[in-house]
Amino acid sequence: MTTFEFLLQGLGTAMQPMILLYALIGVVLGTAVGVLPGIGPALTVALLLPVTYGLDPAGSLVMFAGIYYGGMYGGSTTSILLNTPGESASIVTALEGNKMARAGRGGPALATAAIGSFVAGLIATLLLAFLAPTVVKLALVFGPREYFGLMLLAFVTVSAAFGDSALKGLTSLFIGLALATVGIDQLTGAARLSFGVPQLLDGIEVTTLAVAMFALGEALFVASQGSRAEEIVETVKGSVWMSRSDWARSWKPWLRGTVIGFPIGAMPAGGAEIGTFLSYAAEKRLAKNPEEFGHGAIEGVAGPEAANNASAAGTLVPLLTLGLPTSATAAIMLAGFQQFGLQPGPLLFVTNPQLVWGLIASLLIANVMLLVLNLPLIGLWVKLLTIPRPWLYSGILLFATLGTIGANPSAVELTMLLIFGLMGFLMRVYGYPIAPVVVGLILGPMAEQQLRRALSISQGDWMTLISTPVSATLIMCAILALVVPMFLRWRGKGAVLSAVASDAD
Amino acid sequence: MTQGSAPARRPNGAAFVIAAFLAAIGAVLIREAGIIPDKGGYSGVGPGGMPLLVGWGMMILAVWTAIDAWKGRFGAHEKPEFGPVLWIVLGLILQLSLLKVAGFAVASGLLFACTAFAFGKRKLVLTLPIGFIFAFLVYGIFDRVLQLNLPAGPLETLIYGG
Repeated sequence: MTTFEFLLQGLGTAMQPMILLYALIGVVLGTAVGVLPGIGPALTVALLLPVTYGLDPAGSLVMFAGIYYGGMYGGSTTSILLNTPGESASIVTALEGNKMARAGRGGPALATAAIGSFVAGLIATLLLAFLAPTVVKLALVFGPREYFGLMLLAFVTVSAAFGDSALKGLTSLFIGLALATVGIDQLTGAARLSFGVPQLLDGIEVTTLAVAMFALGEALFVASQGSRAEEIVETVKGSVWMSRSDWARSWKPWLRGTVIGFPIGAMPAGGAEIGTFLSYAAEKRLAKNPEEFGHGAIEGVAGPEAANNASAAGTLVPLLTLGLPTSATAAIMLAGFQQFGLQPGPLLFVTNPQLVWGLIASLLIANVMLLVLNLPLIGLWVKLLTIPRPWLYSGILLFATLGTIGANPSAVELTMLLIFGLMGFLMRVYGYPIAPVVVGLILGPMAEQQLRRALSISQGDWMTLISTPVSATLIMCAILALVVPMFLRWRGKGAVLSAVASDAD
Repeated sequence: MTQGSAPARRPNGAAFVIAAFLAAIGAVLIREAGIIPDKGGYSGVGPGGMPLLVGWGMMILAVWTAIDAWKGRFGAHEKPEFGPVLWIVLGLILQLSLLKVAGFAVASGLLFACTAFAFGKRKLVLTLPIGFIFAFLVYGIFDRVLQLNLPAGPLETLIYGG
């Protein structure tokens, strides 16, 4: 069958009334939670994972897809109206969007973000559908050493390449890798680092870690800052609709943003948020009136927001075809798959095509739902933004613990939640990024497996890792991604890199 | 690394504690890796390989952190207020220890009120009932409608049935 037929079949699956309902619930919940200040897509997905526990795999993953896209959308609303981006990818949106909102043009800013997200999401999801089978074919040629090279590259780009300190990024990554060694070794069944606690034999749950570090860590951090940062919610005055000139100024940035964002997200490396910065820079350069930038230029919202969504769809390419999560959000999505015993990767396209294509088709549908729902519901989302902080964080903590309690109501699990929460808090205080911990935890055992398999095949010869052009190139890229940014920072050119810090996402 | 926003470049005490902590984790990993019976097989790398590698990585990072701290390159940070943090931790501990006995709603209601307290809503007379009611509703939605298995206490059984 061709990709087109698969996609049609997927649409057939996705159009079933129950599945549509799941997608709708996912989109609404995702947006509602994503809108809440301080909650990025990673945390949205982690917090809402328990909602899907009781459903069957298809329904659950479809709802998940809705949550993912909804969370992305909600984040942009927050950054336009509140100027406190919940995710690093929205920083750029806040730059111009918040200025527009202050100038009373919040409506058109939200509209161009919404329509731009829709356009980018639509094109990028179609690209995902048509690119995936090709990558799957490519992935089938990959052996353990190539996979190991890919994972090495992902490790470096997620932790050390961006942000303001390679040391802190690497430290976060190694904390994740250390936590990943807890539990039973997947190849030999030997118990490792369980210290005689039987519950530790199962290893550390990615969702527990993610919720603890993102939700608890963030809540503790915000509480510890006292009332230092008072936030102002901009009200949406006037019409939400865009004028003719808004449209004329927006459509090109949407398309350019998509073209910039998708390939960056689709690469099997971290740092998907770079696309938003590149798009912003491109729009600023191409704009007829660049002096408007910094004072609320609509192009500066339209482009980056499209790039953001396009790269979000792009990260699904390595996730679905290679099983390789390149962001914290993707890591949690992978955990969502694994709870049903599904391992994304080339095999899933063969063993479970209905599920994969249903999921991809649901992304298209979720995208349409977001557009239809969100412009009329903007008033409601603005109300969510004005929830006073005590109630907001009390609610967040209640839901954060709910997820862990629902999955595994043991004192050991809740103690881990508390310990990781405190760790997340301290890491925030001292400026350590969180995402590498989550990615390290889920990718660590996978990388270890591939490495040991590769070494088994070569009978212990480490040179096997660089004996094919593909794996040698991948490992070379990983080394460059580690060394070049360190050199740039040493030369005092780290400002750009720290601007692209992959913080919450 | 070039952050250096600290007004005076002096050794950073907290960074030394972090370095020591990293070294401690590294030591634990290396020690545990030695205990694991090594079944390397054909690959030569057994279950102990990864902990050993990560352990030594931690050691290197610990030294790196210590050097940065010594040279004042670690970067400045605002001193957090620990009062509110302790309130949230108290809430989490209360929830954790009362969950089995009192049930989800009561335990989580306490967490809710403690968190609200940490964020400045100090009237427990008000926040406790709100927390209990909210947690009850959440229990109803998740345990009854979404089939999540939440621990039921006497109150949950009384109101929602067994």
